[in-house]
Amino acid sequence: MQTDTLIALSPLDLGLAASLVLALAALSWQLRLGIGRRMLVAALRSTLQLLLLGLVLKGLFNSASPWLVAALATVMLGVAGYEVMARQRYRLRGAWGYGAGTLSMFLSSFSITLLALLTVLQPVPWYAPQYAIPLLGMLLGNTMNGIAVALDSLTRQTLEKRHQIEARLALGYTATEAIEHIRRDALRAGLIPIVNSMTTAGIVSLPGMMTGQILAGSPPMEAAKYQLLILFLIAAGTGLGSVAAVMIASQRLFDVRSRLRRERLSPHLHAPGHG
Amino acid sequence: MSRLRVDRLTAHGVLGACLEVEQGACSAIHGPSGSGKTLLLRAIADLDEADGEVWLDEAPRSTFSGPGWRRQVMYLAAESHWWEQTVGPHAVNWRTDDLDALGFDRDVLGWDIERLSSGERQRLALARALAHEPSALLLDEPTANLDAANTGRVERVIADWREAGGGCVLWVSHDPAQRIRVAGRQYHLFNGSLSPDDAD
Repeated sequence: MQTDTLIALSPLDLGLAASLVLALAALSWQLRLGIGRRMLVAALRSTLQLLLLGLVLKGLFNSASPWLVAALATVMLGVAGYEVMARQRYRLRGAWGYGAGTLSMFLSSFSITLLALLTVLQPVPWYAPQYAIPLLGMLLGNTMNGIAVALDSLTRQTLEKRHQIEARLALGYTATEAIEHIRRDALRAGLIPIVNSMTTAGIVSLPGMMTGQILAGSPPMEAAKYQLLILFLIAAGTGLGSVAAVMIASQRLFDVRSRLRRERLSPHLHAPGHG
Repeated sequence: MSRLRVDRLTAHGVLGACLEVEQGACSAIHGPSGSGKTLLLRAIADLDEADGEVWLDEAPRSTFSGPGWRRQVMYLAAESHWWEQTVGPHAVNWRTDDLDALGFDRDVLGWDIERLSSGERQRLALARALAHEPSALLLDEPTANLDAANTGRVERVIADWREAGGGCVLWVSHDPAQRIRVAGRQYHLFNGSLSPDDAD
């Protein structure tokens, strides 16, 4: 880390950036876009959450206890799992409503973080919070988005196209065959964001992490290599996570006799989406 | 060559239904709207959960997998549903004889599903089902949207299919004349209870 080139940000600097958000909120109020309030709340939330994270990480980096790292990782997973569930218009009833997304995020994000820590980055100790927490956070954040979109597409389309699914079942298709086309659409929807961001990375957009690293003084080539590493890990994590989530959830939509059990989906009134 | 026997089948909207269709035979079911005719056929096809047993020849349904049973005992819904843009991709192993007999040219395969009339869809759904070579057919008002000529075509195709392979048919119909034309035994369904007509 070349701390000599790191330009420290003063509260005034951040205040300047924050005033832009305030201006945007004012504009929204003027134009009656109805987004100003939510924008301010989100900006306030991110301020508190990131400052809190900064404090937590500061303490964590000093102690470097594996138990604390594990505890923070568990909290992150729990919140991400809730977020996935909250974003679905229709969700599985019972524990699977929370479990399908959370389990698949656990399977993908944790295993890929472990893989990266043990084979690629190899910090000492391997759970060193400077590496483990940011990496896990990056993976969880992205797999969360992919899984939420994939699951929402799966459950929504299953309800919309239930007559098609049952027509296929009545012809003797297995559950997998009957829901195949819906599964495929759901996976595609979940993976489009990461494919798009890999496609345009470096040409249209400078990815957030690389920007941050360059601003913080890292050499551009090093920043580019780290960004690539992250992109690949995210792609693998999002892909694996979405596949796992769609498999688990679509399994739950049928019973042992391969009947469609649409009563296992319940509408969730507070989720965003079509009414 | 198949015989269908339903033994005390109980499901949502169906109360202990018992019936039997001999091989190559057709039994008809009638009853007021909402009496559970569709639910009964769905329960027999194992599309809805049900207690009781259904037998195909000597084999109870529990010895089949769900999809394996439905391939043999095929349910044809009153309204057919399609998942591709045109007819063609659905037409795996369709028999051209069936299409001819149902009054379609070969170019029907290029037709857009959206532009089919409900009667055309209904007749094509029969071709789609027969292509899977089931042993028994569960027909839910298969001629509800058809004119006399096409009703005649559907009845003939099903009669020929029964004769050729010895398959059995359970036919839900509102039309008393049709029931007499196509079926031997008749059953009456009222509030989920099934009873043979001759027992009245």
